[in-house]
Amino acid sequence: MSAPPRTEAVAASREPSARGAGLRRLWAAPRVRWGVLLLAATTAFAFLGGLLAPFDPSQPVGAPYAPPSPGIWLGTDQLGRDVLSRVLHGGAYLAWMAPTSAVLAVAIGAAVGLAAAYWRGWVDTLLMRAMDVVLAFPGILLTLLFVAVFGPLPWLLVTLVVVALVPGVARVIRGAALPVIGREYVQWAKAVGMPSATILRTELLPNVSSPLFVELGVRLMWAVGILASMSFIGYGIQPPAADWGLMVSENRTGLGIQPLAVLAPVVMIVVYTVSGNLIAEGAARVIARTEGRAE
Amino acid sequence: MAVELLAAPAPSRSTRRARAVALAVAQGVGTLLVVSLLIFLVTQAMPGDVARVVLGTRATPETLATLREQLGLDRPIWEQYGTWLWGVLRGDFGTSLVNGMPVSELLAGRIRNSLTLSVVAMLIMLPISLLVGIVAAQRRDRAFDQGFLGTSIVVNATPEFVTGTVLIALLGTTVFHLLPPVSFIPPGDSPLAHPEAMVLPVLTLVVSGVMYLGRLVRIAFIDAMSSEYVQTARLKGLGTPRILARHALPNALGPVIPAASLVAAYTVGGVVVVEYLFAFPGIGAALVEAVNNRDLPVIQAIVLLIAATYYVLNLVADLLAGGEPQGR
Repeated sequence: MSAPPRTEAVAASREPSARGAGLRRLWAAPRVRWGVLLLAATTAFAFLGGLLAPFDPSQPVGAPYAPPSPGIWLGTDQLGRDVLSRVLHGGAYLAWMAPTSAVLAVAIGAAVGLAAAYWRGWVDTLLMRAMDVVLAFPGILLTLLFVAVFGPLPWLLVTLVVVALVPGVARVIRGAALPVIGREYVQWAKAVGMPSATILRTELLPNVSSPLFVELGVRLMWAVGILASMSFIGYGIQPPAADWGLMVSENRTGLGIQPLAVLAPVVMIVVYTVSGNLIAEGAARVIARTEGRAE
Repeated sequence: MAVELLAAPAPSRSTRRARAVALAVAQGVGTLLVVSLLIFLVTQAMPGDVARVVLGTRATPETLATLREQLGLDRPIWEQYGTWLWGVLRGDFGTSLVNGMPVSELLAGRIRNSLTLSVVAMLIMLPISLLVGIVAAQRRDRAFDQGFLGTSIVVNATPEFVTGTVLIALLGTTVFHLLPPVSFIPPGDSPLAHPEAMVLPVLTLVVSGVMYLGRLVRIAFIDAMSSEYVQTARLKGLGTPRILARHALPNALGPVIPAASLVAAYTVGGVVVVEYLFAFPGIGAALVEAVNNRDLPVIQAIVLLIAATYYVLNLVADLLAGGEPQGR
């Protein structure tokens, strides 16, 4: 886990452009580039797709489960609505809810992890025990439990996904920050009385930027997964809204007749989650390379 | 063993280890208590009056008051929690609001079905993960390895309900009509008596698990094979199979065993969605039903069971990995 302190890392972190160099190295990894590209494409599709939809996503245009025909390129769904139009509209919720959840979870998780690693002692114990309580709930179970109480409101779903994802981030960032805190320049900063907040921001945060990038990718993948699964089991986005997870659930009884009504949203969900995983895998590979580990 | 224990005081390292384990277990019990309190409070906050759910149209102010008293709903919340927890510790989870049956009786068959599903999936997953991981490590950076890495990036990212849906499309409906897309198991029957109903749910869990665990096996093997003692064994002229079996395997298993515990936890966590997808009669599908029916005692029991199992498996993974808890 803990890499021995290396002199070049110490030197690099004193360099003003260290953060820029780190990001350039991440961007050089093909998987990171592909991941960002796919993420941008999916996001654009989800937000702008609705404008290109040929039909109203909530109005029937033909018989239920009709196969593809000219003008209705992906056929119709269980209520005779245009599958293409619904897929074009179906990412609108997911595309703001998932990235919002992931970014908030990584920000809060990083703050918790850094604080626990920096102060140790009772702060560490208190924070990490609280994280343990949340970790006892698989993400979907936690979300289902609270949605059953308060109803499937989008902001509530985002909050629950954030709560479910924070502990994992906190543990990783705490683990990554612990070896950094032992290094000379952090001890030096403490000794000369630099405020803790400044040390956390200027000395610790830049040194965990690569794991943070990995976490962003992983948590985006999980957020999409949890939110789509919630829609699928009926406790996420509610009908008649067009939503990819919901579409899989609505049309799966017709899988044998009109598979496109299920497979089109499936492809969109997979592309979205894979974009997050590619970013995470690419960043993890860069870290492994710099630390001289096998990937 | 016994003689050794009597002969000398245990070395300090194992004492420290034992203390760490004892501390972790104590913390685990504390965490689970907080978890149980949280579950109890959240389910109590569910909309709908329990007494009204039970009585339905027969509800009058008098019957409601009587039933509330019988159920103990008029008592303070901490007292209700105490009664519930004391029951849970004795294996009594209360009675279902929907049909008045004891929850433990209602869930016994469901628990067996879910357990069978998870155990069968794990038993198939572990040897395949080892095999795939070792082969990928042996052919590092060649076609098989690249193919495995690429596939795992996609499959590991895919939510289980999507993996399962694709498998249904492939094997149950659209392409081949080999297997039932819905797992029908009559109440009282063992799932093992209905293998055709087990294949797709098991396969869904296995596919997801192998891609994750196989990656960890692969990396553990690459590390073990490049270590000094394996290099020495090579110089001594030992053959590859012998090196694999005698040197690399035992050392690679070190990091893989805690990971297997993590995958078991992950499998337990995934039961809700996978069972719902295949209408597999386990506790995950029962939970979604209970939430639909607002059957509080059943919800409490299932959430507590899944959370406790998930937590314990994660804790075991942490303890096996040793020292500081690993990130996950």
